[in-house]
Amino acid sequence: MDLVLVNLIDGLVTGLLLFMLSAGLTLIFSMMGVLNFAHASFYMLGAYFAYQISVYLGFWVGLLLAPPLVGVLGALVERYGLRRVHQYGHVPELIFTFGLALMIEELVQFIWGRNAVNYVSPEILNFTAFSIAGNAIPAYKVFMIFISLGIFIALLYVLTKTRVGMIIQAALSYPRTVEALGHNVPLIFMGVFGVGTALAGVAGVIAGPVLSTFPGMAIVLGSIVFVTIVIGGLGSLGGALVASLLIGWLTTFAKAYNIRMEDILTGVGFSKPEPIWDSMWQDLWTITSPQIADILPYLLMVLILVFRPYGLFGKRDA
Amino acid sequence: MTDLTQKTAHVPPAVTLGNTLPWILSIAFLAIAPQIFSSNSAITIMNQMGITIVFALAYNMLLGQGGMLSFGHAVYMGVGGFACVHIMNMETFFSYLPLPFLPIFGGVVGMLLAVIVGSFSTRRAGTVFAMISLGVGELIAACSVIIVVFFGGEEGISGDRTYGMPFFGIEFLQHIEVYYLTAFWLLLSAFLMFMFSRTPVGRMANAVRDNPERAEFLGYSSRWVRFYSFVASGFFCGIAGGLFAINYEILTEENLNLATSGGILLMTFLGGAGFFFGPVIGAVVFILLQTVLGLQTDLWALYVGALFLATVMFFPGGFAGLLMMHVTPIRLGKMHVLYVPYLKTFIPGILAVLGICSVIEIVFHARHAPLGDEDMTIFWTTFNSHSIVAWIVAIAIAVIGVWLTKKAAPGLVEAWHEANTPDKGASA
Amino acid sequence: MNAMTKTGVAALKLDDLRKNFGKSEIIRGIDLEIGDGERHAVIGPNGAGKSTLFNLITGRFPPTSGKVYLHGQDLAGKAPYEINRMGLSRSFQITNIFPKMTVFENVRCSLLWSEGYRYSFWNIVNRAQHLTEEADRILEQINLTERRELPAGVLSYAEQRALEIGITMAGGADVIMLDEPTAGMSHSETDYIVDLIRKVTEKKTLIMVEHDMGVVFGLADRISVLVYGEIIATGKPEEVRANARVQEAYLGAALEAEH
Repeated sequence: MDLVLVNLIDGLVTGLLLFMLSAGLTLIFSMMGVLNFAHASFYMLGAYFAYQISVYLGFWVGLLLAPPLVGVLGALVERYGLRRVHQYGHVPELIFTFGLALMIEELVQFIWGRNAVNYVSPEILNFTAFSIAGNAIPAYKVFMIFISLGIFIALLYVLTKTRVGMIIQAALSYPRTVEALGHNVPLIFMGVFGVGTALAGVAGVIAGPVLSTFPGMAIVLGSIVFVTIVIGGLGSLGGALVASLLIGWLTTFAKAYNIRMEDILTGVGFSKPEPIWDSMWQDLWTITSPQIADILPYLLMVLILVFRPYGLFGKRDA
Repeated sequence: MTDLTQKTAHVPPAVTLGNTLPWILSIAFLAIAPQIFSSNSAITIMNQMGITIVFALAYNMLLGQGGMLSFGHAVYMGVGGFACVHIMNMETFFSYLPLPFLPIFGGVVGMLLAVIVGSFSTRRAGTVFAMISLGVGELIAACSVIIVVFFGGEEGISGDRTYGMPFFGIEFLQHIEVYYLTAFWLLLSAFLMFMFSRTPVGRMANAVRDNPERAEFLGYSSRWVRFYSFVASGFFCGIAGGLFAINYEILTEENLNLATSGGILLMTFLGGAGFFFGPVIGAVVFILLQTVLGLQTDLWALYVGALFLATVMFFPGGFAGLLMMHVTPIRLGKMHVLYVPYLKTFIPGILAVLGICSVIEIVFHARHAPLGDEDMTIFWTTFNSHSIVAWIVAIAIAVIGVWLTKKAAPGLVEAWHEANTPDKGASA
Repeated sequence: MNAMTKTGVAALKLDDLRKNFGKSEIIRGIDLEIGDGERHAVIGPNGAGKSTLFNLITGRFPPTSGKVYLHGQDLAGKAPYEINRMGLSRSFQITNIFPKMTVFENVRCSLLWSEGYRYSFWNIVNRAQHLTEEADRILEQINLTERRELPAGVLSYAEQRALEIGITMAGGADVIMLDEPTAGMSHSETDYIVDLIRKVTEKKTLIMVEHDMGVVFGLADRISVLVYGEIIATGKPEEVRANARVQEAYLGAALEAEH
């Protein structure tokens, strides 16, 4: 039971991290119809910017400055890149952000090299917050949960309680009407793109010290984020939240509990072929859950698409 | 009577010089190319190009013809290739199979995989299709370390092409024999793919790309049109996979992953997705850049990425689009108007690019070279990357190049308009 | 005019058709029979539900309740492409063509299914002479022969509307539905389109939504007046013109505006 609690916390950390990325991605997608393939690259930039700042000014200044920097960069990309490609349609837009992802990875390697940089959590958080049955929960994890939840609540507040949020929500459903009402939709687009990428930046800043800051970190997380929003249903914020947590817990539990296919198969009544290495089914018999933890999100996506083509919370006409 | 002649005039005869000349030239070129570029490395590169062209053309059946953007297309080529290596390793069966027929098996396996995946992925186009293709691609790539029986884990699987039944006495021991086998399949696949674009389902793929809803009101289910294009593309990807298996005799996780899928998107778009021959240019240019530029600099991917982004932003028609823009001036007989402005713009343009690249290279060297190693060589010149003179020279070349290009650009724009306007007196 | 059918079965029959979007009822129980070979116009003020009615009939939206019969066959649950294959074709209020393909290709694509090519990948369309001839005949009819090789996207608005009608009737459907074919056109362009419609719908059933009363009274055998999702009158033009409810609800104002 105690182990379950530990894994619940670990999965929550992963899930909330995923949500910070998928929330920004969903906001951008529902507003502009553009799936930002480079979204995870902004997450990576967040980590690298924070690292560079932390070298001179420490972790906390990095946490404060890196996300707005990433956001400004994102807004510039929207203004001078995406808006230009917009006229050609959604597929070229997607191709543009794909190219952008390639470029950012190359640029990061150009500036910071191919190896991981030494970006670490601040010393003040290097203690054990509490223990559950001998399993230490580091304070940094608790800090990550609080930051994620804080941002989630702030986002919810802005979207539902403020005037800007109202306009954004209206623009989500009726972009043309909002434009007709005299709002500067291109400016809103730029703003939303900036905020979305800044959210990804925050995720990068706080995830960098735990998941390591290296040029491949965008690709590692990127595909999972896209899978998340497809599972949740493209354009649905609630769906993104549910799918993020689902994936977070699914992978964490799969890694923590060594469920072996062999046990399942013998339990169902199959007998193990001997010797196993001669059998055609050796891979099936030797599969364990930690081994396939990382592909579970993809499997989940395929299953969901077969039975619910529009994702968990997707609207049919999205 | 006049009515009849007018109507038949619209139906082109089956074989004309216009529609066979490109194919005849291609056959002739492929036949004599190994005589011109006869070194072993040249033939290796040409084999690689041939395989990649088949793959890129198959990819463009989706991207260009059908408007479907796939981020995981490497798996159809890869799985087809893996299947072919397995056939190579089935000793008895393979010893009765002449090697030139092996790619067909790759094609069938690629097609079967496309039938399975396409059954749910082609329900929708656009962004959703792109994301599903990415997810499925990642899933299969990740499976390569789990399903070891088929994918061989991290080291992949390998075979030996020479165990096949000799084909008219040829055992395919030499590169040049493999070259002609690849060239044959390249021509055949390209011809079949071209013909596919002329069939009813190929035409409707264009229609569905342009306007899926309208196509539905013409009696066609856009989903099934997409599905058939997807399956056909899977088949030709599998053929490319078979050729890869024959040429390299080994397949690994690298044949399935996102980098390979992204690469094919990149070169197809660079070449020009809107034209049938675009991917051919894209594949050739990309591989040349990869091999030539890759030898010169560690930063080649950065340059290719920049070129790609510039293409997406400014020339969405790709190289093929740029070439086809000149059809009007040629028809009007006014290409000569463009020669001088082209020289005036492109010479400083090239200078600017070289200058900027030099700056980038110097910065990179100064920052990342091992301590104490301060000498670097670019453009056959060796100098100290920490010396201020080198920096000034490079920056000066870049600035002057940019300035001259900017100065010449309005003249080029003017000449371009001039070249595209019919002369007075000549009727439009 | 012969409002009744030759075969005894109506070309199109609507049976208590209803559609709600959320809580609002857009189509509130429509019964209508349109005979074979009839030219029928649906008129009504903006927001009366005319386009929604078209979308319900052609399978773009499913109805909330009620039935649509095409030549006596129930269309419930059928996708647009299935309905099209049963012999119903439509145009759109907003021009809806294949912009990157040539004018000729636009017409030829709309012939493929009805000529039996289906999802064929073993025929080469350029070789099919009858396709080319038929497409050229249609181009001739819609006066676009000279524009044959141009991308459809570069045509003028009126030409695109003509192409839209050409695509709609090319498949040889015997029930043609036109959604505001003359919307946004000048007088001379309207005359051109009206002549075209008259020409291409010879011996076919035509159902059209139209705002231009001149066009409606010139073309239609019968007229239905749709107001707030209900048909308040159906009949020959002179009957509808004389109908008091119609005058009150809609036509009076529109006719006054004409003068």
